Amino acid sequence: MKTLAELQALRDEMKTKIGVRKDGEYRMRIVVGMATCGIAAGARPVLAACTKEVETRKLTDIVVAQTGCIGICQFEPVVEIFDADGNKTTYVHVTPEKIPKIFAQHVVNGNPVVEYTIGANAN
Amino acid sequence: MMQELSMNILDIAENSVRAGATLIEITVDEIPSKDLFTVTVADDGCGMTQEQLNNVIDPFYTTRTTRKVGLGVPFFKMAAELTGGNLTIQSAVGEGTVITACFIRSSIDRMPLGDINETICTLIQCNPKSDFVYTRRFDNDEMELDTREFRRILDGVELNDPTVSKFIRDFLAENTSDLLSGHEN
Repeated sequence: MKTLAELQALRDEMKTKIGVRKDGEYRMRIVVGMATCGIAAGARPVLAACTKEVETRKLTDIVVAQTGCIGICQFEPVVEIFDADGNKTTYVHVTPEKIPKIFAQHVVNGNPVVEYTIGANAN
Repeated sequence: MMQELSMNILDIAENSVRAGATLIEITVDEIPSKDLFTVTVADDGCGMTQEQLNNVIDPFYTTRTTRKVGLGVPFFKMAAELTGGNLTIQSAVGEGTVITACFIRSSIDRMPLGDINETICTLIQCNPKSDFVYTRRFDNDEMELDTREFRRILDGVELNDPTVSKFIRDFLAENTSDLLSGHEN
């Protein structure tokens, strides 16, 4: 069984490290649509895949968040990536399998994966 | 239509988030001896007016402006009724909402619970400003995760910090398997 004493130890360990992030200092914001339409289409495993990438790549300057229905239910699961300047890239019909490529190419190296974007899938 | 109850639970709890709840309590209560499986989502959000309450089970009613249907509650109600169970909603403006879904546990039409832990992790990670109390009961045993306790211990470290998220995931996995071990499923 995991106990809260372990959490305490973890906190002590984290506090000794500098650079514990603060709100509003992110290089990129990754937003997953998490309304009924998104959830039914498979948004939860997509979000979990994003979290896993952030963890394994130790991306301390990236935040993964959620939003409600943005009105393009037929394209769910939808993932929007906002850079520090507020520029948005919209990925549609996202699956957990597409996430590693989006991270490697876009989140880490700054080149959007054009074939997964809404622009390439609008028809 | 959702494939597992934990997806419905995520969806219903998101309504609590939208209602501005500061505390959301999710309980999954399994009582095999009574053949019951009950899910409760209770929040202290803005609550619903009588008119909203009357309409919330109507799939063609929603307060959203992005689309014209609202399927979350109707899906959950259907999932419960398919098993011979039911769904009840208590709500008052300014006080909050409690949704209770009762399922007949052994019904062939009862959807599997699915990955409830991932649902809880998702809710905590995406809504670091809200608190969650998740209780899983099986017969007379129970496990609980209360983010208020976590927050107190973390002392300023965010609940959605990747290191903390991982701890929460491990906490849920380990304590759920302890709870269920020894019980046949």
